[in-house]
Amino acid sequence: MVLFVYDYSFEGLLTVVFEAYARKRFPDALLREGCPLPLFYDEAITVLTDEGRAGRVWNALKKKLSPMALGCLSQCWLSEREGVDLLLFRYMRKTIDARMSIETNFADPDVLALSRIWKKVNAERIRLLQFVRFQRASDGTYFGALEPDYNVLPLVVDHFKDRFADQRWLLYDIRRRYGFYYDLHRVEEVTFDTGDEREQHLITGLLRDTMIADDERFFQQLWKAYFHSICIRERLNPRKHKQDMPVRYWKYLTEKQP
Amino acid sequence: MDEKVLEKLKILAESAKYDVSCSSSGTVRSNRQGTLGNTVGGWGICHSFAEDGRCISLLKVMLTNYCIYDCAYCINRRTNDLRRATFSVSELVELTIAFYRRNYIEGLFLSSGVVRNPDYTMERLVWVAKDLREVHRFNGYIHLKSIPGASGELVRQAGLYADRLSVNIEIPTECHLKMLAPEKDHKSVFGPMRSIQQGVLENKEERKLFRHAPRFVPAGQSTQMIIGATPETDRDVLSLSSMLYQRPTMRHVYYSGYVSVNTYDSRLPVLKQPPLVRENRLYQADWLMRFYQFRADEIVDEKNPFLDLEIDPKLAWALRHPEQFPVDVNKADYERILRIPGVGVKSARLIVASRRFSRLGYYELKKMGVVMKRARYFITCSELPMQTVNEITPRRLRDMFLPPAAKKSDGQLTLPFPTDENT
Repeated sequence: MVLFVYDYSFEGLLTVVFEAYARKRFPDALLREGCPLPLFYDEAITVLTDEGRAGRVWNALKKKLSPMALGCLSQCWLSEREGVDLLLFRYMRKTIDARMSIETNFADPDVLALSRIWKKVNAERIRLLQFVRFQRASDGTYFGALEPDYNVLPLVVDHFKDRFADQRWLLYDIRRRYGFYYDLHRVEEVTFDTGDEREQHLITGLLRDTMIADDERFFQQLWKAYFHSICIRERLNPRKHKQDMPVRYWKYLTEKQP
Repeated sequence: MDEKVLEKLKILAESAKYDVSCSSSGTVRSNRQGTLGNTVGGWGICHSFAEDGRCISLLKVMLTNYCIYDCAYCINRRTNDLRRATFSVSELVELTIAFYRRNYIEGLFLSSGVVRNPDYTMERLVWVAKDLREVHRFNGYIHLKSIPGASGELVRQAGLYADRLSVNIEIPTECHLKMLAPEKDHKSVFGPMRSIQQGVLENKEERKLFRHAPRFVPAGQSTQMIIGATPETDRDVLSLSSMLYQRPTMRHVYYSGYVSVNTYDSRLPVLKQPPLVRENRLYQADWLMRFYQFRADEIVDEKNPFLDLEIDPKLAWALRHPEQFPVDVNKADYERILRIPGVGVKSARLIVASRRFSRLGYYELKKMGVVMKRARYFITCSELPMQTVNEITPRRLRDMFLPPAAKKSDGQLTLPFPTDENT
């Protein structure tokens, strides 16, 4: 069994592809740096991430794949699912070896699996667009907390930047402890020290009374009232309700707060 | 903004909720310097889902629920004793902007009861849209209801601010409309529809000459029909919607299962529950017309004027036409693959794209998302020469697809007593 050990970044994965072709040794498993090695293996190759080599692999892929499929590749990486790196590796290897693009060959299990994962990542991205709720803080910043299954926050930043171009906002991923802050000019990635007592909203996702804008509670009340009034009681359909708005998002939804 | 607005919002949302349309699709418009918001187009974004399972994409309210009309099917008819309220323009505008900034909504869906006369009401609606667009530089989605009987000039003005306009047909045939809503007729509905269409077509020509000419109703128009309040057949309903879809600007016809709101009115049927299954089947048939290249007369005809409530319309069509099957998925045209029950638009596209690489078999089709439970009786693929609809016969196949009969929940043995007819 041949193992490749790398730093678990997308560039690292591309470097792994480069190294594999350079050595003509293809991995049976990919391991994250620092993970314990399995008991039995033939060879463990440690790959150091190299931007230049990663770029060469990416350029080679660009010649074979459409921009759509390339986007699909990098978005699938964000799924952070177990084993997605080996799947991506096999996909890239098939792409490089094939004479023509394999991206529409959905009879191939890897192509199909990748398209399935992409579908899930994209669905999660769309759910962020749907279910992010901003709360206005007393300094005028709009704060939105989220906890997506996949690391899709970077994919929605452009949408929010375009839509709310004239308000300062902070989108914060509570699970991965980072966020994006827009200061009316550009978006920056930010992390906070969550040990601070005042920063409790970064854990609970809800602004406290001392930080919230004066009229915010009233607008939340209005929205809740609207949410209840718009429902037709004769047609109650809790199953569909939960299907379209899964319970795991309710935690930060204004209309679902008690 | 105070407690009064809260009460008004409750009343006016209650009054608006029977309107089905809530889509924010059809326009792509990115943000411009100094404006608030954008529209994403495509499928639109649903920001929330009410407990009845319907999506909440737009702030759907009425400007006022006072009305001079007395339409039997409407909750806001003037003879109904219910709480009435009217938003002021500034309240509604502020509410929309505040909700939008918090990512609660995609925009505004504004409708209204008719006060004084159609023109006066329409003018107020246009005023709200104009205020949002020009004073507050709101760039999100606006859907305005065009009031039946409003003047063409006002509809034209509304079209410059709104993304979508809609006029509701409500009752598919004119005689029944006359029966339930004596003050309305089809002319007052189709008139504004035609002037919206005319405006869009003129605007298209204009934009060929001047690229920056303001767009007119970029997301087209929609309409709605109430199902189950009058004795129309599905054939009437579907042929009307197919006629509407042939017009260039009609994007969506909504079907609304009648909810018994005015139970005291003897002209209306008393329904224990809204006809939800029929509504669902109508939407499926509608989908077939829009995305599966079916014609209305293929889905329902003189012999079967109603849709089969137990099986979906596509399967029903396939069972009526066994001579069209089995379809060879490795060879047939896209159009024919689309007609196989269990194959949707997405899987049909996947099939057409992948069969260039290799022949497709049962396993690959299943992996692609084809519902083989249904499709297996209608296809041939690379390996399986199987029993198809022609061997099994459509009637037996139909029985196989019926849902298992609901089990008796009480566990009590029932004895077949002779009924009156038998004795």
